[in-house]
Amino acid sequence: MMSLGRRIYSGAVRLMLWASASAVCALLLWLSGCVLFRGVPGLSLELLTSQESVLHGTVGILPAAVNTLFVIAVTLALVLPLGVGAAVYLSEYAPSRRLAGAITFAADALAGLPSILYAMAGVILFCSALGLQKTLLAGALTLAVMNLPTVIRSTQESLRAVPRSCREGALGLGSGRWHMVRTLVLPASAGGIATGCMLAVGRVAGESAVLLYTAGLSTAMQDFTSLRGMAGASGATLTTVLYLYAKERADFAAAFSVATVLLALQLAIHLGTALAGRRRRR
Amino acid sequence: MERIVIAARQLEVSYGGTQALRGVSLDIPARQVTALIGPSGCGKSTFLRSINRMNDLTEGVRVRGSLTFHSREIYGPDWDVTDLRRRVGMVFQRPNPFPMSVYDNVAYGPRIHGVRGRGRLEGIVEASLRAAGLWEEVRDRLKKSALDLSGGQQQRLCIARALAVEPEVLLMDEVTSALDPVSTARVEELICDLRERCTIVLVTHSLPQARRAADRTAFFLSGELVEQGETARLFTLPRDPRTRDYVAGRFG
Repeated sequence: MMSLGRRIYSGAVRLMLWASASAVCALLLWLSGCVLFRGVPGLSLELLTSQESVLHGTVGILPAAVNTLFVIAVTLALVLPLGVGAAVYLSEYAPSRRLAGAITFAADALAGLPSILYAMAGVILFCSALGLQKTLLAGALTLAVMNLPTVIRSTQESLRAVPRSCREGALGLGSGRWHMVRTLVLPASAGGIATGCMLAVGRVAGESAVLLYTAGLSTAMQDFTSLRGMAGASGATLTTVLYLYAKERADFAAAFSVATVLLALQLAIHLGTALAGRRRRR
Repeated sequence: MERIVIAARQLEVSYGGTQALRGVSLDIPARQVTALIGPSGCGKSTFLRSINRMNDLTEGVRVRGSLTFHSREIYGPDWDVTDLRRRVGMVFQRPNPFPMSVYDNVAYGPRIHGVRGRGRLEGIVEASLRAAGLWEEVRDRLKKSALDLSGGQQQRLCIARALAVEPEVLLMDEVTSALDPVSTARVEELICDLRERCTIVLVTHSLPQARRAADRTAFFLSGELVEQGETARLFTLPRDPRTRDYVAGRFG
């Protein structure tokens, strides 16, 4: 039998833990409830499948949704090979541990920078110096740079999870280093790499500061039918169109509907991450 | 006259500033089991890992003196390390099956060295598993993950995987230290059978194992080779007092 003092102490701790857990749930419910309560009524097929019309005074977010997917696709296409390549080099090839350690440290530091700094760098490098101006391509390039450190780090962690004994086994059979990486290390860490990429996708879909500065705010449908059109496409994504409606036009009904769509997108991405993680564990 | 496959002359190996081997000279004859014994840190694993250049993976390793495989300097400039490691295979202390099927584990080595074609690979996989005494146990689960096998089965799978590239020499680094007594007995029996096929160098902490399995035994202490010779002679009539103390179980 516990003494009275211990029972009170244990009860108090339990209450505090329960309170903080409920606070997290309540906050999430309140936030999403707010958004859904004000956003769902404004949702319509028209909103999701048309573009804005000044003439008819209607709001449509199809261009923003397409722009978002385009930015995600381009960012991922850049960050996946670069990030995984850099991580493989650092973990498997780098001639000196100290160099690899220094680069890893730099990647950690870069991963912690606020996104607005990446936005400024993107404006200077991609928009001005490389002459891309305010385009989705410039935005995606900036986002690729921004996500590179985290993808490198998450890939490194996945590669590290492949035991040294396995690598020695492969090398001991006469495998070259690249053959070992390709046939043993990468397949074994594919799930972890996929999880890291899904998290990057989540960050890209949720990023606003960078795109506000680098990608433009047009709400008109862009031309994605040709390479030239894609390179020149400039416009708002779901996050920046949300900013546009809420801040510049004070159209809160539309803003909350966009927020609802964003919420659904993030939910889908996190479910995807969880599924990738589950497949990895199996 | 026995043929010598591996010969060390005044071999010195150091890691960073630490000297792991001091002037070791040792001949390893063909088609025999040579056991390397000695207390932890005596250099026997370093010697083993020098033979297939697994030491290259350790940062700051330096090798001096002479170590030859068929009279060719192992640390000479003209070796393709992948070729050396195909001819000098290795089985490790802990079973290290790859996270893939039993079949793919055994086929991994042959595939590295360019063996293609289902028929040929299937033949190699079956022959290697038979040689490792594992075929009957896994023939119905070749496509299942190798990680689901028991520890003893995993270690025999690793032996099969090493045999699949037909090495001339098989280096075994305390291969039974992570196994239960029954699995250990099976692997020891296997080692005795395998001497028909290849030259075996066996690092072991178990003196009874060296007595049972090895034709010749070499005793290492603090990086030096103290004594070597026929196993029976070394255990019954050791010449060096340190060997006598070690095989009598007085230290180590």
